[in-house]
Amino acid sequence: MSATTPTSSSLAFDLEGVVALDGQFPVLAGATVSGEVGTLTSIIGGNGAGKTSLLRTLAGLTAITRGSAAVLGCDLRQVGSQLVGRVGLFGHNTGLYDELSPRDNLRFLAKVTRNSKAAVDEALEAVGLSGRLATTPLGSLSAGQRRRSGLAALVLRAPELWLLDEPHSSLDPAAKVMVDQLVARALRAGSTVVLTSHDPELAHRQSHRIVEMAGGVVTAVATGGGAISDVA
Amino acid sequence: MLRDAWAIFMKDLRIELRTRVGLWQVLPFAAISLILFSFALGPKAQILAKGAAGMTWVGVLFATFLVVGRSQALERGTGVSEAQRLAGVDPAGMFLGKSAAVSVQLLAIELLLGIGAKLLLHMPIERIWLLVVSSVLATVGLAAVGTLYGALVAGARARETLLPMLVLPVLVPVLISAVRCWQAASVVSGLAVGEWLSILATFAVVYLAAGIILYGQVQESQ
Repeated sequence: MSATTPTSSSLAFDLEGVVALDGQFPVLAGATVSGEVGTLTSIIGGNGAGKTSLLRTLAGLTAITRGSAAVLGCDLRQVGSQLVGRVGLFGHNTGLYDELSPRDNLRFLAKVTRNSKAAVDEALEAVGLSGRLATTPLGSLSAGQRRRSGLAALVLRAPELWLLDEPHSSLDPAAKVMVDQLVARALRAGSTVVLTSHDPELAHRQSHRIVEMAGGVVTAVATGGGAISDVA
Repeated sequence: MLRDAWAIFMKDLRIELRTRVGLWQVLPFAAISLILFSFALGPKAQILAKGAAGMTWVGVLFATFLVVGRSQALERGTGVSEAQRLAGVDPAGMFLGKSAAVSVQLLAIELLLGIGAKLLLHMPIERIWLLVVSSVLATVGLAAVGTLYGALVAGARARETLLPMLVLPVLVPVLISAVRCWQAASVVSGLAVGEWLSILATFAVVYLAAGIILYGQVQESQ
């Protein structure tokens, strides 16, 4: 693997020497990474390498204390409302209300993001949540079904930048295939996807670019097989 | 902003209808506090009637902390707050929606406590319009302050005790004005209430404006 320097103007994100703190602890200690629009970037690395912190920084949720960072053309150090609604983060939390059903959660989300009720049904169908599952309170669903609900929210919002934190965890094999199909669909629609993974082999096979992290910095960048483009 | 406020308002009320926390926890708590106050004052109807307005509004204040705490707890769960930030929910709309949902719940509690004050504490009611107007104004103030401060302490570990400590001194004007209005409503005429209603209205407007302006910054600071 070799480190690369971003030169293209079609970059979806471009971080240079980014330092970000969680309290006093540097979760990113000078990370440099970039990704082109419409590509899949996988971030790999051990626990505590800074993968989730990188995603949160790209989402604008973790403040940058040093370095430069641009996401979808917005300077993260000065970002105001320009990035709002354009980035979606799918993490270990669903970002949904446990007291409401997946359908009610998505209907609420549809109202605040100006989407239609038909789009809600489409999103639920896309993740295989229909019938009683769609109307059962989220808190009563299994971990996998809850994650499907979180993915449905992302499908509904269809952001320009998808940030997926270990999207395959807690999912059965069929749901893992579904995640790959959703990612492929998002890429075909022109979105950019960044995901974290603990499966280097899968990451190298599917992604356009693989970023390896350790100790809050990017240690290596490589080109992947890009097989995600072949997923139907 | 108003569209987001409506969505948040409906969502909060839908969750409340599903979980019925207000019905099974907040309302009994407020009712018990009213009954305990009446025990403390003794059985004399005249004394109870005189203190009815004050006892009712102290009960409403206690209920406010529970309703606001519950309202803020909804946004703390499973990354909801961050997801809404990323989805572009207008913070001002969120403040208004949550304040409105809290207001509706508090008004329902006030209605039932008012009935309790009439039946158990022998509170006379002569001017219903005054009860309604003062209750609505006071409730909007309570909800606006509670929602703003509730978000402010949402990230604190001791938020359950911090919220009353911060908010109670702020709510003193609302408590005094609402009690004065309710006392005035128990007589046919004679007690001027214009100033007290003005205080309630001003308080509500000031804190609604403060919430609309500051809620986003308060959320980001968490």
